[in-house]
Amino acid sequence: MKLEQSSLTSREIITPIISVILALLVGAVFILIVGENPIEAYWVLFSNSLIGVSSIAATLQRATPLIFTGLAVAFAFRCGLFNIGAEGQLYVGAMAAVIVGVSLSGIPKVIHLPMAIIAGMLAGGLWASIPGLLKAKLGVHEVINTIMMNFIAYFLTDYLVTGPFHGGRWTPETARVFPTAELSRLFPPTRLNTGIFIAIAAIILVYFILWRTRFGYEIRAVGFNPTAAEYGGISVSRNMVMAMVFSGALASLAGVEQILGVHGRFIQRFSPDLGFMGIAVALLGKNHPVGVFFAAVLFGALRTGAAAMDRLTDVPRELVVIIQALIIMFVAAEELTRRLIQRRRRA
Amino acid sequence: MWDYLVYFVNATVLAAALRMATPLIFTSLGGIFAERSGVINIGLEGMMLIGAFTGMLTSYFTGQPWLGLIGALIAGALMGLVHAVAAVTYKVNQVVSGTAINIFAVGVTVFLLRWIFDVAGTSPSVSRVPVVTIPLVNRIPVIGQIIGTHNIMVYLALVLVVIVHIFLFKTVWGLRLRSVGEHPKAADTVGIDVFLTRYLAVITSGALAGLGGAYLSIAHLSRFGDQMTAGRGFIALAAMIFGKWTPFGALGASLLFGFANAVQMRLQELGIPSQFVQMVPYILTMIALAGFIGRATPPKAIGKPYKKE
Repeated sequence: MKLEQSSLTSREIITPIISVILALLVGAVFILIVGENPIEAYWVLFSNSLIGVSSIAATLQRATPLIFTGLAVAFAFRCGLFNIGAEGQLYVGAMAAVIVGVSLSGIPKVIHLPMAIIAGMLAGGLWASIPGLLKAKLGVHEVINTIMMNFIAYFLTDYLVTGPFHGGRWTPETARVFPTAELSRLFPPTRLNTGIFIAIAAIILVYFILWRTRFGYEIRAVGFNPTAAEYGGISVSRNMVMAMVFSGALASLAGVEQILGVHGRFIQRFSPDLGFMGIAVALLGKNHPVGVFFAAVLFGALRTGAAAMDRLTDVPRELVVIIQALIIMFVAAEELTRRLIQRRRRA
Repeated sequence: MWDYLVYFVNATVLAAALRMATPLIFTSLGGIFAERSGVINIGLEGMMLIGAFTGMLTSYFTGQPWLGLIGALIAGALMGLVHAVAAVTYKVNQVVSGTAINIFAVGVTVFLLRWIFDVAGTSPSVSRVPVVTIPLVNRIPVIGQIIGTHNIMVYLALVLVVIVHIFLFKTVWGLRLRSVGEHPKAADTVGIDVFLTRYLAVITSGALAGLGGAYLSIAHLSRFGDQMTAGRGFIALAAMIFGKWTPFGALGASLLFGFANAVQMRLQELGIPSQFVQMVPYILTMIALAGFIGRATPPKAIGKPYKKE
């Protein structure tokens, strides 16, 4: 990876593909264990997630929050920071958005919806700024602090959703947001909503910022070599904090989309590890906005197809969670895939 | 005032704190092994979960909870081996490898639970390792109530703290382990096998986390539930940091966090939301890392793969 390079090299494209294939092969072993045919099971999985308008819509819907968390992790990575706290950031973001969504009424959608979204982004950005500041000012590793802040976010939102903002029903959830704060559905009955457009805008924006602005250049310079960046007159600490704020704001959009576009209300612990999956998406997408898009769609397809596979075969849906973990491992083990490629060339 | 104090700090609460600290003690000791050798182990949570599952499974099929403990130990060690292969040999980012292990553990335990038992959520009930009473100690007033009668794994955890302390600070193997985590190059120069040391440390780390998980499924309870570790692997990580990477420090932190857990219901009755009490371990750890209460400094070579020249 060079500092100036904005497109992916062929190796950066081949490695993830090999990793996915390896993960699917190991996944096939699990399918064999339960006594099913891997080809059939995978056919059910992918045909139900990638063929037909409603399947594709469902896949894109599941991909939407992963695009946000994937971009969030990738953006921080570009600055040399490991944001493992996307999960917590999306929770506080979702909570802030829902508070705006349920508290204000009688204002037009063109004002209410953006307000809710911006409130979420501010909350997520602010939340992420804390580990950013601790890293920049005191040199505390952001990994541990972002993990700790995930748990603080869980408990904080647990409290708010069961206490001050409890919606009246016996389940731990808030009231429904006003329709003026909702992201509209695009292909009912699928839950694909206008959040996908925000996701695509975010992809373009992140690309633009990283490779077309001074700010993005500084972020990448710090990630590439902080000592050299500092020597070249770039403030490492300022950029680290800004990268975390930006990353947190992106992560929070995943929560905002889930709340304003899918559930309509904040439900306690609603996220199926979207923040952690964002790490997988960023790695698989090689920390590039376009790569993040394709990785998120793949993960969205796995999640969508899993339900059908669970219903139509004896393979439990958790197979796709195993596959996702394996993808992370194989993508990260670049040396492993590199050796595999070299061996094939030699043969 | 005194009444309040007795309400929060009494033998019942302290005994409960000790029980809740036990899985954290095992797992944070595991964390110490890995991190003292220079390898970050974010995967403790997943290793615990696999241990909890394997412990239950072994106990279910053999009827022997003791074999369950061995099963959990081996399963945890295997996950440790995976982490070691990734982090030490293939130089995978250690945080990434740990994250992958955590996600894998959630997937594989639910997958196998549904396939083997055809149930979602909770396994059948299995036999568990026994509760024992220490003769004489149990007759001492108050102290007997606190430490006199517990599951045998609670005592095992306390004994392990002493053993790990002696190992780390009083034996040559412990010195080698620590030197690998601080100055791998220097350790290598004097003939210590950095790779082997890290492999053994991370495998031990997984084995201990596996035992911590088994405590939940075949000692404290007698069944496995989906994601039953519920973040305890991360609290153990916090306990390790708050305890400054030492066994007795981790013990103290585990007991403190266990106490916070045991007392939260009583605080709830006073109108203090339990969620705020549950946040305490994480906030304390952040404060300790920031250096506001005696700075917690990790081993020097932490997170850096070693390349032999």
